[in-house]
Amino acid sequence: MTATRRRLPVLAAAAVAAAAAVWVLFLATDTPAGTVLDEPGAFVVTALDAVTFAGLLFVAASGFTLIFGLMRTVNMAHGSLFLLAAYVAVGVQQAMVGKTRNIDASEVGIADWLVPMLAGATAAAVVGTVIQQVFLQWNEGQELRQALITLAITVVLADQMLREFGGLAQRMVWPGAVTHFITIFGQRYATTRLFMLGVAVVIGVLLWLWLNRTRLGMVVRAGVDDRQMVRGLGINIRLVFAVVFFAGAFLAGVGGVLGASFAGAAPGTDGAWLLNSLVVVIIGGLGSIKGAAAGSLLYGTVVAFSPAYLPSQYSFYAIILTFGLLALVLAVRPYGLYGRPA
Amino acid sequence: MRSGSPVYRRGAALALLVVVLIALPSVVPAFFINFVMTQTLMLGLAAATIVFLAKYGGMVSLAQFLLFGVAGFMYGNAALEAGSRGLNLGWHPWAAVAFALAVTTAAAFLLGALASRTTGLYYLMLTLVYAVIGYFVFAQITEISGPSGITSIKRPELLAAPVSLYYTALGLSVLAYLGFRALGRTAFGLALQGMRDDPVRMASLGFNVPLHRTLAFTLGGFVAGLGGLVNVWWNGQIDPASIGIGPTLILLIIAVIGGVSYFEGAWLGAFVYVAMSTYLRDLPLIDRIGITEARFNTVIGAIVLLIMVLSPQGLAGIADRLRRRPTRPRRPAAGSADETEAAIRRAQLIDE
Repeated sequence: MTATRRRLPVLAAAAVAAAAAVWVLFLATDTPAGTVLDEPGAFVVTALDAVTFAGLLFVAASGFTLIFGLMRTVNMAHGSLFLLAAYVAVGVQQAMVGKTRNIDASEVGIADWLVPMLAGATAAAVVGTVIQQVFLQWNEGQELRQALITLAITVVLADQMLREFGGLAQRMVWPGAVTHFITIFGQRYATTRLFMLGVAVVIGVLLWLWLNRTRLGMVVRAGVDDRQMVRGLGINIRLVFAVVFFAGAFLAGVGGVLGASFAGAAPGTDGAWLLNSLVVVIIGGLGSIKGAAAGSLLYGTVVAFSPAYLPSQYSFYAIILTFGLLALVLAVRPYGLYGRPA
Repeated sequence: MRSGSPVYRRGAALALLVVVLIALPSVVPAFFINFVMTQTLMLGLAAATIVFLAKYGGMVSLAQFLLFGVAGFMYGNAALEAGSRGLNLGWHPWAAVAFALAVTTAAAFLLGALASRTTGLYYLMLTLVYAVIGYFVFAQITEISGPSGITSIKRPELLAAPVSLYYTALGLSVLAYLGFRALGRTAFGLALQGMRDDPVRMASLGFNVPLHRTLAFTLGGFVAGLGGLVNVWWNGQIDPASIGIGPTLILLIIAVIGGVSYFEGAWLGAFVYVAMSTYLRDLPLIDRIGITEARFNTVIGAIVLLIMVLSPQGLAGIADRLRRRPTRPRRPAAGSADETEAAIRRAQLIDE
């Protein structure tokens, strides 16, 4: 491959990014949001939407990428764990508040949200660990077989959750203390989205501290780089695998509870969030936490900006832009932004 | 026929099977032909493209059902004269067929080219993303479908009789089976298999690895499109939910049940799947153990789980193993994908 051929996709990507910026700044007059010069408020709100949604994406995708990074297991049941945690949390919250429907935010204290979140995430983590111990522990290294096994588990779990929790959408209620509106550039904005971003940031920081400041995190990072060597040093990698799978499934669960508070949970949510996690890690690079953060931001930006800044009669085409982002990133880096062919 | 009896036996068995299938409509009830067998053949045709890509190229694709659906949507858009949804181009049915196949093939070329530098797990994930994005494209863009899809699609006059669809699906299936097998012995097929096993060596021998992968995916898309046309003629309608993530996984499951490195397995898996979905509820005592139609996915999922845990080569693999027990074990395409991936990573390292 010659240097020019290699540089061509990078130049194309830069040109597309520049064109998008110029469009949003000056040209997007016929769109729901309007240009930045005319409607700065709409731009700020869209940008906030992008960042807050990216926070949710990061929580969901970081667990997926953590598991892959260490074990090379593509956990196709990630979306199912996401949905399972959401259902469990909704059930616990209803029990704690004492009402099954029409729960108002004012009736929900912080504990009525935090305890269900921990319960839901723990349920997902336990189920995930059982899946890992029963179905994935003995066939380590057979990547495709593991992916197909988790796909089959997804089909079974989706059907069983439909039986258990029904087909209607259920919603987790944000605590009343964070349910307000603030005014930004003349636009009302829900503080619950900022709270969601806050939770995501806290999780990101904790994850970083765990991986970079603890002994176990050090082993995990070493395992990502060279599993054989870690094994050779006498570390019980089986235990490390189980702990990481627990943590990854727990993260899926936290994502599920945030998602259920943000947009509700229903059959199909599992598939949608498997897709979201896949898109994020394909863009960011499988196995890289940094990549998950970058992928979440890029994907969140496209998801938030494309309906707002496409001409009104073309807003339905927003999904094509997601595909365009994917195509652009893969053309430049086939293994994602921070992925490496290891 | 080079070396003798196994090849002859296989050919004879196939010929016998085809004769039986041709004669079948005159001996069994019409429901079995028009519902079970027609569906088996068209799903088998689509699943065979998964097998083709996995077996020769080491690429496990989840986008085949999307391409199956694209052909159906495009036929519906082109053939309908009036309707509340779709383009309603009102073309002659055969022009619509050509249009549908052209669009499907072009889409397959584009998607294949984009994925051509990845293999193994990355390929699986990327094609799953294709499938879901494709679903949203048809669900959201009302010009070509919209959420409720395109209805009352007519088939060409020539295929008006229900049994003619069965024969069409049978003819296409036989052609695809023979064609895919023959392709494995051509220069292109051999190069593709070489790239599955060692892309670095093939690249250094001067083969264009991404191009071969792209062309293989394009061919797979074309054949899946043929299956999709039969499907839309059979159904008379198509909607985005029918190409969503559920059906996409079902097609992979069909290929996996049959055995993802055996072409026969595609149709075998399709038959098992269609027969189960049709007859499971009629089995005696099935209600007693809590398996009703609504819990069908649990049964299917559990079966796939069992097959993947016991033998990743599926039913055809199990049959093959029983038949040739004393000889050496065959190497499954699914297993070699990992090596392909490792090898392509090496290639990239050398590249840089």
